[in-house]
Amino acid sequence: MNCTELKREIDQRWPGQVQCRSDAGSPCEVTCARAALPELCGRLFLEWNFSFAGLIVEEGATEWQLRYCFYGEREAGWVHLLATAPLAEKTFPSIVKFVHAADWHEREAEDLFGLNFEGHPRLGDFILHDDAWQENVEPMRRHFDPKAAMLHRKPDADWHPHRVVQEPGAFVMPVGPKYSGVTESVHFLLETVGEDVIRSTPRLFYKWRAIEKLAEGKTADEVLLLAERFAATTAFAHGLAYCQAVENICAAKIPERARILRVFLAELERLRQHAGAIQEICESTALVVANSQAGILEEDLLRISGELTGHRYLFGLLALGGLLCDLPNDTCTKALKQSQQALKQLNELEKHLRVSSSFLDRLEEVGIVALRDATVYGLLGPIARASGLVRDLRRAQPYLGYENFQFDVPSEQEGDGYARLRILFAEARQSVRIMEQAVAALPSGSVREPIQLRAGAALGWVEAPRGGAFHWVRLDENGKVARYRIVPPSFANWHGFHLSVEKFAFQDFPIMLSTFDLSVAENDR
Amino acid sequence: MSQWVINGIRTGIKTTAYPAKLETAAGVSPGLPVGGDYPANEIDSLISRCPTRVFSDSDGQIIADVRRCIHCYRCVRGIEHQVNWEQTYEWGTVRDGQHEFGQPFERSIHICVVDAGDCGACLNEVKQLNNPYYNMHRLGFFITPSPRHADVLLVVGPVTDHMKFALKKVYDAMPTPKRVVAVGACALSGGVFAESFVCAKGVADVLPVDVEVPGNPAPPLAILHGLLVAVGRKAPASWAIQTNPVKA
Repeated sequence: MNCTELKREIDQRWPGQVQCRSDAGSPCEVTCARAALPELCGRLFLEWNFSFAGLIVEEGATEWQLRYCFYGEREAGWVHLLATAPLAEKTFPSIVKFVHAADWHEREAEDLFGLNFEGHPRLGDFILHDDAWQENVEPMRRHFDPKAAMLHRKPDADWHPHRVVQEPGAFVMPVGPKYSGVTESVHFLLETVGEDVIRSTPRLFYKWRAIEKLAEGKTADEVLLLAERFAATTAFAHGLAYCQAVENICAAKIPERARILRVFLAELERLRQHAGAIQEICESTALVVANSQAGILEEDLLRISGELTGHRYLFGLLALGGLLCDLPNDTCTKALKQSQQALKQLNELEKHLRVSSSFLDRLEEVGIVALRDATVYGLLGPIARASGLVRDLRRAQPYLGYENFQFDVPSEQEGDGYARLRILFAEARQSVRIMEQAVAALPSGSVREPIQLRAGAALGWVEAPRGGAFHWVRLDENGKVARYRIVPPSFANWHGFHLSVEKFAFQDFPIMLSTFDLSVAENDR
Repeated sequence: MSQWVINGIRTGIKTTAYPAKLETAAGVSPGLPVGGDYPANEIDSLISRCPTRVFSDSDGQIIADVRRCIHCYRCVRGIEHQVNWEQTYEWGTVRDGQHEFGQPFERSIHICVVDAGDCGACLNEVKQLNNPYYNMHRLGFFITPSPRHADVLLVVGPVTDHMKFALKKVYDAMPTPKRVVAVGACALSGGVFAESFVCAKGVADVLPVDVEVPGNPAPPLAILHGLLVAVGRKAPASWAIQTNPVKA
C-alpha cells in the first residue's frame, strides 16, 4: 500500500476527519482529529502491516503536536499521523488498545510532558521514579525550571512496586539496580510463587540522563557528541541516525566516499556488537572456553576498530555532512582482512557451539517469544527476526544506498534463545559481506561537504546492531536544536522482554537476559 | 566436550605482558591530547573548539586537563594545527596527592563495580578485563557482586540522580578500609552529561575518590593501570594533572 492508496482508503473511511499531505521524498503526513486517531493507528499497525517507529511529542507556542510515526516495506514508505490540541488541553486518546507497541511511548509522554492518555491502563511511575520525584514535574516542558524542581522535591514515601501476580503465597524478588558482577544498572521485580518466575517487570531509567532535555538549545554539532555518547556500544549507529536527521532537514547530500565509509563503519560496529552479544551468551551459560574465545574475538574487533579509526568505539568520526576525517584505502583493506579473519574464528566458534549439548540444553526452548507477541509489541532487530518478524530498515526503508548492496536478512521461526544466537552469527556474516562490497566500491574524493543549516524538522533512521533506531530533530532559525527525540531499539525490546521470562526457572533468567542483548544506557537515554 | 579442551589449548596464550612489559599491540588505546607548544594566535580558537574545555593557555603553552577529554577529536581532525596526541594508556592518577593506600591493598583485592549512569562503553571495557587478553585474575584482581566482600569500589558514569542513593548504599555497605576508583571522563567531570539537571559532575560530588582514570571510555589497560596504582604496584601517571575550572 503506497501513499496514494492509503489516502484513498482513509478518505473513504474517515471523510472530513482526516487530511493527507504527501510530497515526493518526504513522509505522508496525515492530520487527523483526535477521535479518529486510535482507530487509524490500529488500521495502519494491525491491518496494513505498518511498523510503529515512535511517538514524538512537541510543545509548540500555542499547541501540542503529537506525531505517530509508522513505516512499511519500501513503497509503502513513511506515514506520520499528526494530532494537535491547544496547550491547555492535555488529554489525548490512548492508542494502546490497538497499538500495544505505543504503551511505553505514552507512559513516557505522560511522565515528561504531563499529558494524559485516555484509556491507557497504567500511567505514572516510569521515567521519573515515584520514590524519588512527585507527580507533575514535567521536565520536558519549556517552562521547566530544574532548580525549583530540585528545591520542591516531594518523593512519595509510600511508593511500592506494582504487582501483577496475585496468587496466594506470591512474592516479589527484587534484583538490582546493583547486581551481579559487571552489569548495567536496572532493577527487576521477579514475581514468583516459589520455583518459577511468573512475571518479570524491569524497572528502568536509573540511568536517565535527560539527554533530550540537555540537547535543547545546543548547536547541531554539540548534539552530535551527545548522540554518539549516550549509548556508546552502538555509538556509530546513533550518531549516524542523528546526522541523517539533520542532513534530511537541510536536504544535504554527502560525498560518495563518506557514504561508503559510513556503511563500512556501521557494519564493523554491528560485527563487533554481535561478537560482544555472543560472548555474553557464552558467559551466561558458563561455558568457559567458549566465553574466552568469544571474548578474544570481541577484543580483536575492538582493536581493529581502534587501529582503523583511532577509537575503539568509533567516536569522533561522524560529522554533519560526511565524516570528520578520511580513512585511507589501505587501512580499510587491512581492517577488512582482519575482520574476515575474526569472522572465520566466529564461524569456527559457532560450529563447536552447535554440537555442545550442555550449551544447547540451556538455550533451546528458553525464553520463547511468539511471532504474534513480537508483532504486537513491535520488537526490533535480531530479536524480532529470531521470532520470524522480518523487518530490517536497511531493506524496508534503505538509507546510505543500502539497496545497492547484496545481503540477506536472516530470520528464524522458533523465537527461543538458540534462534537469537543463530541470528547473531548469521548477521555477523552478512556484515562482513557488506564490508567487502564497501571496500571494493570505495571511490576517491572528499569525505565532507559543508552543510548549510536551516530551520525544520526531520526523522533519521538506522538499523542499529540492536534494531531500528529513530532520531527526530527539529532545528530553529539559528541552527540550534529545538527538539531532539531518540527512539532507541532497546526501548521497544525492553518493553517486550517480560514475554520471554514467563513461567521459567530462576536459573534461566541470566540466559534470557543475555540472549535479548539489551542495553540499559540506550533505553534510559 | 574434549573439543573445547583442545580448542582452548590450540588458541595458545593471548595474555598481555603488561604490567611487566608495555603492551605494543595496535588499537588498545585511543590516546589522549597532551599540552605543549602551539601557534600563539590560534590558541584561543583551539580552546573554544573543545566542547569540554580541556585546554587552557599558560604563557603561550597549552595545558591539557585530560580528565575532561571525551575523544571528540575536534583538536586533531579537520583542523590545520593539530595538538600533540599521545597513544599511551598508563593514565591512573591519585587524587589529592595521596600515594600510600596502606598494607590492606598490597595483595589481592576484590572489586565491586557500580554503573552510575554510564553509556555502556566504560562498563564494556571493564568487562574486557576478564577476557584472556587482559585476564586480571593473574594480578590478583577479582570482581565481586557483593559490596560486603569488596576492597575497592569502581564507579563508571556521571552519577545520575536515580543512582545516587544506590551508589551511596553500596559504598556504605563496604567494610573499611576501602578505596574508590572513578573510571572515565563522565565519572571524573560529568563529561558530556555534566550540564544535565539529573547528573552530578562526577563521582567526587557524591563519594571521596582516591584514584582517577581518564578516557571516554578508559581503555582496559588504563583501568588496569588505575587498579595497579590503587594497590601501589605502579606509580601514578607522571603528568601533572591540571584541573580547569568547571564550566558553570
